[in-house]
Amino acid sequence: MSEKLRRVIIEPVTRVEGHGKVSILLDKENKVKQARLHIVEFRGFERFIKGRPFWEVPVLVQRLCGICPVSHHLAAAKAMDRIVGGEKLTPTAEKMRRLMHYGQFFQSHSLHFFHLVSPDLLFGFDADPAIRNVIGVAKKFPDLAVQGVMMRKFGQEVIKATAGKKIHGTGAIPGGVNKNLSIEERDFLLKDIDQMVVWARSALKIAKDYTVEHLEKLAPFGSFESNHMSIIRKDGAMDLYDGGLRAIDEDGNKIFDHVDNQLYTDYLIEEVRNWSYMKFPFIRSIGPENGWYRVGPLARINCCDFIDTPEAEAARKEFMAVTNNKPNNISMAYHWSRMIETLHSIEKIKQLLNDKDLQGNDLVVKGQRREHAVGIIEAPRGTLIHQYEVDENDQVVMANLIVSTTHNNEPMNRAVQKVANDHLSGVEITEGLLNHVEVAIRAYDPCLSCATHAMGKMPLTVELFDNEGNLLDRKSK
Amino acid sequence: MAEDVKQVLLFGYGNPGRLDDGLGPALAEEVEKLSLPGVKVDSDYQLTVEDAAEVAKYEIVIFADASVNCAEPFEFKPLESKAELSFSSHSVEPGAVMALAEELFGCLAKCFILGIRGYEFNEFGERLSEKARANLLATVGFIENKIRTGNFD
Repeated sequence: MSEKLRRVIIEPVTRVEGHGKVSILLDKENKVKQARLHIVEFRGFERFIKGRPFWEVPVLVQRLCGICPVSHHLAAAKAMDRIVGGEKLTPTAEKMRRLMHYGQFFQSHSLHFFHLVSPDLLFGFDADPAIRNVIGVAKKFPDLAVQGVMMRKFGQEVIKATAGKKIHGTGAIPGGVNKNLSIEERDFLLKDIDQMVVWARSALKIAKDYTVEHLEKLAPFGSFESNHMSIIRKDGAMDLYDGGLRAIDEDGNKIFDHVDNQLYTDYLIEEVRNWSYMKFPFIRSIGPENGWYRVGPLARINCCDFIDTPEAEAARKEFMAVTNNKPNNISMAYHWSRMIETLHSIEKIKQLLNDKDLQGNDLVVKGQRREHAVGIIEAPRGTLIHQYEVDENDQVVMANLIVSTTHNNEPMNRAVQKVANDHLSGVEITEGLLNHVEVAIRAYDPCLSCATHAMGKMPLTVELFDNEGNLLDRKSK
Repeated sequence: MAEDVKQVLLFGYGNPGRLDDGLGPALAEEVEKLSLPGVKVDSDYQLTVEDAAEVAKYEIVIFADASVNCAEPFEFKPLESKAELSFSSHSVEPGAVMALAEELFGCLAKCFILGIRGYEFNEFGERLSEKARANLLATVGFIENKIRTGNFD
């Protein structure tokens, strides 16, 4: 590109995207009294799908998010399986959906790790933001950056082969799937699978080594004890696609276990707070004060008894040993746990690609029609709940979605409060504080596209108020 | 028509389920129908890092997106590569895709950004507003002419 072109400064064309705003309120002594993460949740989607025929829903819900459309697709499809009485899928259908789901995990976790987290880990969170970014990684560690891009691309190829296309796939339909995996598609994916396993191991090693080497610094960073929740297989194995709900407390004691997905509202409830558009879910039996919980990679590793793939299970054991096999409550350990799941996903993809059931032709089942259904899945960022009512005319009359970012609302607020307490000095927002707040939020990888929509470029804004509510400082990045 | 047909990638992005945010994919759809020589059309909800590998294969790359505040009916500008670090995996700016394409894949493409002015974004709905649709039509004509003449200097 010519020098002339390089000098032109172009503001990004605006995106309709979510944004994050942090407000910090000081007391009379200028100590942090309260810190809040404001996410403007847009709940119009439930209204948008009312009146639509139920079979359209697994496709429509992919409009919610460009990064995790597959998770919404599968959660909605699981709910619609029950609507058509087809929740016991054929082996081909279940394995095709699982393959799609592991492809989604692999691409989403790889994107998060290489694009967002690796700069922090490779350069340190205090490094100059001009270097501490994905381009900085590309310049200094080009092989690693290429790995990240190619891992994400491979996950997308798995999705394309199972969902029919890269975006807005139609693979999962009520009661099954609409295609199997051809031999050509299988062989195309198998060609690169061993390389992907090697790269997933390497990414896991980076995350593990960094966490272990910096444990003293990371352990208190934005950390707190909490409950954890995920779905779990009947034998206690991690299962990202299907299972009953399990919640544990900070010591690992079970709060509930193997809860039927259809009964989730007996165990969880969402609270509305006047300062936030996003709801705050909590465990009914404990109440709002202490009943909040974390979801996502950290919660899943804490909740499961084991992982059913050998390399990820070995990695889980190493991970749990750091906290003497008690739940790990270190927020920054999300990154290590995310990479364990990345390795698990590619191990699962490899197993599935060698399974001949994927070439089967028995794709759809149906049974007794129902009007109410819940579909729960573990999305990359955490538990995703889709609940629907469908009338006798096959139209959706009620929908309620609880996305992982909503489950993690209270924990993200706690993380921000902790970081503000530990890193605010004086009455101005320093670059250091801004960076630390950003690092704490990023650990949870909030899904702002589905949780929120706001006009304009997506910034992270931090505002500081005195004890009378006067704005003292405001910074964005 | 230009004798030397340039290899062009037109990448329209945005969420067609969010009213005028779907202008990028809508443009991609319209340009695809024209079957212009040397032009590959792609679209997605948003840009991601692996788009860098694709971008590097072309001489000319046009990122087309809805804009809430550009001049009507559209703005077409050269793009500068840009390093960035977001706090969310849900947004990669075109300048960052270009920077990755240059750093990792030896991209030499001239990249441009095409903002199409939109007006309604804050609801779910698979339709464009009337004014946005008019802007889209103007943009299609402009891009067709640009590509057919091959004038990107």
